[in-house]
Amino acid sequence: MGEARYQAVIGLECHVQLQTRSKIFSGSSAAFGAPPNTEIDPVCLGLPGVLPVLNRRAVELALRLALATGCQIRTRSRFARKHYFYPDLPKGFQISQYEEPLAERGAVEFRFGDEHKRIRLTRIHLEEDAGKNLHAPGGAGVSLVDFNRAGVPLAEVVSEPDLRSAAEAGEYLRALRQLVRYLGISDGNMEEGSLRCDANVSLRPLGAHQYGTKAELKNMNSFKFVEEAIDFEIERQQRLLERGGRVVQETRLWDSEKKVSHAMRSKEEAHDYRYFPEPDLPPLVVSDQWVSRLRRELPELPLARRARFARAHGLPDYDAGVLTAERELADYFEAALGSGAPPKKVANWIMTELLAHPDGTQRVAPEALGELVGLIEQGTLSGKMAKDVFAKMFASGQTARAIVEREGLTQVSDAAALEAACRAAVDKNPKQAQQYRAGKTQLLGFFVGQVMKATQGKANPALVNEILKRMLA
Amino acid sequence: MNLCERSASELSALIARRQVSAREVTRAHLDRIATLDRELGCYLLVDQAGALARAEQIDGLIARGLDPGPLAGVPVALKDIFVTRGIETTCASRILKGWRPPYEGTPSHRLREAGAVLLGKLNMDEFAMGSSNENSGFGPVRNPWNRAYVPGGSSGGSAAAVAAGLCAAALGTDTGGSIRQPAALCGVVGLKPTYGRVSRYGVVAFASSLDQVGPLCRTVEDAALLLEVIAGPDPRDATSIAEPVPRYRDALGQGVAGLRLGIPKEYFVAGIEAEVEQAVRAAIRKLESLGARAVEVSLPHTEYGIAAYYILATAEASSNLARYDGVRFGHRAERPVDLLDMYCRTRAEGFGPEVKRRIMLGTYVLRAGYYEAYYGKAQKVRTLIRRDFARAFEQCDLIVTPTSPVAGFALGERTEDPLAMYLADVFTIACNLAGLPGLSLPCGMHGRLPIGLQLIGRPLDEATLFRAAGAYQAATDWHTRRPALG
Amino acid sequence: MPITRKEVEEIALLARLALSEAEIDLYTRQLGDILGYIEKLRSLDTEGVEATTHAVPMDCTLREDELGERLPVEDALRAAPRRAENFFEVPRIIAAHDEE
Ligand SMILES: [Mg+2]
Ligand SMILES: [Zn+2]
Repeated sequence: MGEARYQAVIGLECHVQLQTRSKIFSGSSAAFGAPPNTEIDPVCLGLPGVLPVLNRRAVELALRLALATGCQIRTRSRFARKHYFYPDLPKGFQISQYEEPLAERGAVEFRFGDEHKRIRLTRIHLEEDAGKNLHAPGGAGVSLVDFNRAGVPLAEVVSEPDLRSAAEAGEYLRALRQLVRYLGISDGNMEEGSLRCDANVSLRPLGAHQYGTKAELKNMNSFKFVEEAIDFEIERQQRLLERGGRVVQETRLWDSEKKVSHAMRSKEEAHDYRYFPEPDLPPLVVSDQWVSRLRRELPELPLARRARFARAHGLPDYDAGVLTAERELADYFEAALGSGAPPKKVANWIMTELLAHPDGTQRVAPEALGELVGLIEQGTLSGKMAKDVFAKMFASGQTARAIVEREGLTQVSDAAALEAACRAAVDKNPKQAQQYRAGKTQLLGFFVGQVMKATQGKANPALVNEILKRMLA
Repeated sequence: MNLCERSASELSALIARRQVSAREVTRAHLDRIATLDRELGCYLLVDQAGALARAEQIDGLIARGLDPGPLAGVPVALKDIFVTRGIETTCASRILKGWRPPYEGTPSHRLREAGAVLLGKLNMDEFAMGSSNENSGFGPVRNPWNRAYVPGGSSGGSAAAVAAGLCAAALGTDTGGSIRQPAALCGVVGLKPTYGRVSRYGVVAFASSLDQVGPLCRTVEDAALLLEVIAGPDPRDATSIAEPVPRYRDALGQGVAGLRLGIPKEYFVAGIEAEVEQAVRAAIRKLESLGARAVEVSLPHTEYGIAAYYILATAEASSNLARYDGVRFGHRAERPVDLLDMYCRTRAEGFGPEVKRRIMLGTYVLRAGYYEAYYGKAQKVRTLIRRDFARAFEQCDLIVTPTSPVAGFALGERTEDPLAMYLADVFTIACNLAGLPGLSLPCGMHGRLPIGLQLIGRPLDEATLFRAAGAYQAATDWHTRRPALG
Repeated sequence: MPITRKEVEEIALLARLALSEAEIDLYTRQLGDILGYIEKLRSLDTEGVEATTHAVPMDCTLREDELGERLPVEDALRAAPRRAENFFEVPRIIAAHDEE
C-alpha cells in the first residue's frame, strides 16, 4: 500500500463445517470425499414431501464454539428460509438462521505480534451447506452437480468489522481454525472447504468514523489467498479513491492464479432472499442445563493454555505458542512431562526433532520422548547418542531404554577404565568432593555427569555410582 | 351385497372374518372404477396389479391366522399429494409428470401397515391450490351428485371417489378447507385434524404451517378409524405432536348430552345460501334435541381470515415450490439457452395458472421491505384469530358452522375470478390458521347437492368432534344417501 | 392499482417464471385485485400482538446424530431430467459463485 491515507475496515464471515456423522437435517453421511451423489437421501436432495429434523450434535458443536467465544446463547432461536435459485441448492432455499440466531456478541482473541487482539463477533448461527457445482471439462456448455455436501452442518461465524489489515484477518482466521480444532468441532481445512471465508472490505479516510462502501470477497480457499485477496482489494479501493472514484457495493471473486479479483456481474446476483421463519422447524430451545454441561466440558482454550505453559513450566512465550498451536501437540507435551523430564528440554526436543517430522507425534509416544530426555538428563546418553537413539525410536517405535539396552550403546563397564574416569572426576573437583563428604550427597549426580561426559555417555551408570560412592566415602 | 357401498369398518370386519375376500373387494372397486371413473375423473392412476397383489397378500395373512391390521383389505386411495414409493406421484402438476418417488411418506405407509389396499392416486387441484378441482393439470373431477358441478377442492378427487364408491376411504390434505369443503360438496365425512396430529412427511408441501392430512370417508366411524391409524408422532416430522393417540372410535357412542355448541354469529351472515343456513340450523336443533346446548359465541376477527390466509399460504407456497427447478426430478424445458432460461421456462411450462398466480403473490409479499406489512402482519392476525377461538372455547366445547357458504357451484362458474373463489373458503380457513381440528359431515340436501355441517374443536380434541358427529349420524340418515350412478 | 406491470415482471424473474405478455397483463390485474382485498388488514391494529409461526405451540424435536437410510445413487439420478455419469447435469453456470 502507498502512504496510509486510508484505513482498511474488514469483517469476515466464516463457515465452519461441523464434524457430525450425519447431516444437519437428515441421516445421510456428512463425510468428505465420497464419490459423487452417493451420500444423499430424500431430505438433503430436497425431494417433494420431505421435512428437516435437526441434528442434536450439530447444535452441540455450534454451542461449543459459541461458549468458547463468549457468546450469549439464545434460549430460543429460530430457523429461517433464505431463497435463491442455484443448481447446488436443492430446495431453492437454504435453511439458515436469520432473526434470533443461536448465539450473539462474542469475540475471537489471538496474539498478533506483541498485541493481544479481540475481534468481536456479531453472531454464530447454524445452517445447512449446499451441494457442489463442477464445471465440466472442455467447456461442454454444462455444469455438473454433486449433492454429497448438501445438508452438511455449518456454523456461520460473522465478525464485526474490527480487522484493519490482511495480516490481521489472516491471524484471526488462524485463531478461529485453531479454536475449532481445539474444540473438536471441525478440522478447519480451508483447502477441503471445511473452513471457508468471505471478507467484507471497505476503506475510510484515516480518522473518519463512518464506514466506506464495502466489497464482498469470495472464493479464497487458503489462508494465503485470503491475505492476498484482501491486500489486493485494499490497494484496488485505495487507487480508486485516490483517483476520485467511488467503490461500488459488489461481490468479487478471487482468482488465485492470476492474483486478481473480478466483480461478479450477472442478473442472478440481484438477490432478494425473501427470508421468513422456517415453518417445518419449531423454535430451537437450548436449556440452561444443556449450556452448563457444555460449558463444563469445554477444553482449556489455546490462549489460556499458552499462558499456563509459560507460567507453570517456565517456558518462553514463543515455545508455549508453538506447543499449544494444536491441542494434540499440547497434550503430547504434557504427557511427555509425566516422566519428570525438565519441561524446557522436552520442549526443545519436540520443537527441533519431533516437529521436523510431520508424523512425529504419531511415531514416538510422548512417554518415550520423556524417557529419552530423562536419559540425557541422567547422563546415560550424550546429546549426540540421544539423536541416534531418537532416529531409531522414530523408525522402530521402540522406547529409548529398549534401544539403548539392545544396542549396548552405553556403558563402558570395564572396571579399571571406570575407576580411572571416576578418580579423574573427583580429583578435578575437590570443592564438590569436599561438599559431598560434608553431607551434600545429591552432588553424586554431578560426579556421575562428569564421568559420563568424559566417556561420551557410555559409562555404565550403575557401576559409576558404586565406584564414586566408594571413592567419596 | 354391494361391496362398494360398505364402509371401511364393515369391509375390514367382513374380510377379517373371511366372509368376503380382500381380492373380491378390491376387484369390485377396480371394476367400478373402470365403469364410472372415465366420466368422473377421480383417479390419476389406478394401480390394478399392485392392488390385487396386496389384496391377495392380505387374504393369505388371514388364511394363516395372522392379523393384517385394522384396515385389513380395505380398498383406499390417496390424493396424489402423498408420496408413494415407485408409484407415480404428480400433485396433479405437469411439472411432476412421471415422477416415481424413491421413498414412501408416513401417512401412506401407516395406512398400508394397517392392512389397507391402495387402489391408486386421486385427482386434486394442482399442488392443492384450489377449491373446485378445476386447477388439476390433468383435467377436472365431476361431482358424482351432479356432473355439471365441481366436487370442491383441493381434495376433489378424494371426496368424489368416496362419494361414488370408487374406494372405501381416502386421504386428503387440508390447508384452508381442502378436505372439509369437498367432503361437504360431495356428501361425505371429512376431517382436518389438529395441526401436527398427523405426520406431513412424504406429503408434498403447499403451505407448511397450515397443511394437515386427514381422512375422507362415508361414515364418522371410518373417519375415527382412519385417524387412529394415521395419527401420532413421527420422528421424521419435527412439527408432529408427541401426544399419544386415543381410541377415537370410543367417542362415537357417548352422545352429546351436556355438550355446549358454540354458534359463531359472524358465520351466519350475508353470502350464505338460504338452504345451507336452514340445513345447518336444523342440524343444530337436532343436536340440541339430543341433549346438547347451543350458545352464541363471537369470533370477531373472522373477516380478516382470508386476507391473512392468502398471504401466509402463498408465501409458503412460493417457497415450497422453489424446488421444482428442473434439476433433480420432474419436467425440464427443452434446449435451454442458459441456466436462467432453463429455470424460467421449466417452471412456466410445468405450473398451471393458479399455481403461478400464487407463486407470484407469495413472492411479492416476501420481498425485501414487505415482510412486516404482509407476512409479519398476517402472523399477528393469526394470533388474534387463535385468541378468538380460545375465548370462544371458554363458553363452548365445540363450534358448529356451515362448511361452505354454498351447496355447490357449476364447473367453470368461478374460474374467471380467483378472488371470488378465495372468498368461498371463508368458513374453513380459520381452523387452519388456528391449527384446530375441523370435521365436515352431511346434514342436508339442496336439490341434488349435499350440504355439509362443520364442527370445530379445541386443539387435539378430535374426540369431541367424533362424539358430536357420531351422535348426529346415529340420529339422521343424510350420510346414507348415495348419488345415483352407473 | 396496487401493483404495476413492472413489479409483476420483477417478481416473475425472482420466482423464475417466464410469463407471456398476456400473462403479465392478467396477473397485474388479478394480483392487483387480491392485494387490494388484502389491504383490509391495514386497518386492523396489531400493535404489540406477537406473531404466530406455529398454530400449536411446540419445541423443536431433535434427532440423534445417527446415519439413516441413504438413497442409492441410481435411485436419485433416475428422475434427473439430465445426468452425466453420476452427476446431475445443468446448463453451464456462468458466474463461478459456489458458496452462499
Ligand atoms: Mg452470510
Ligand atoms: Zn452462510
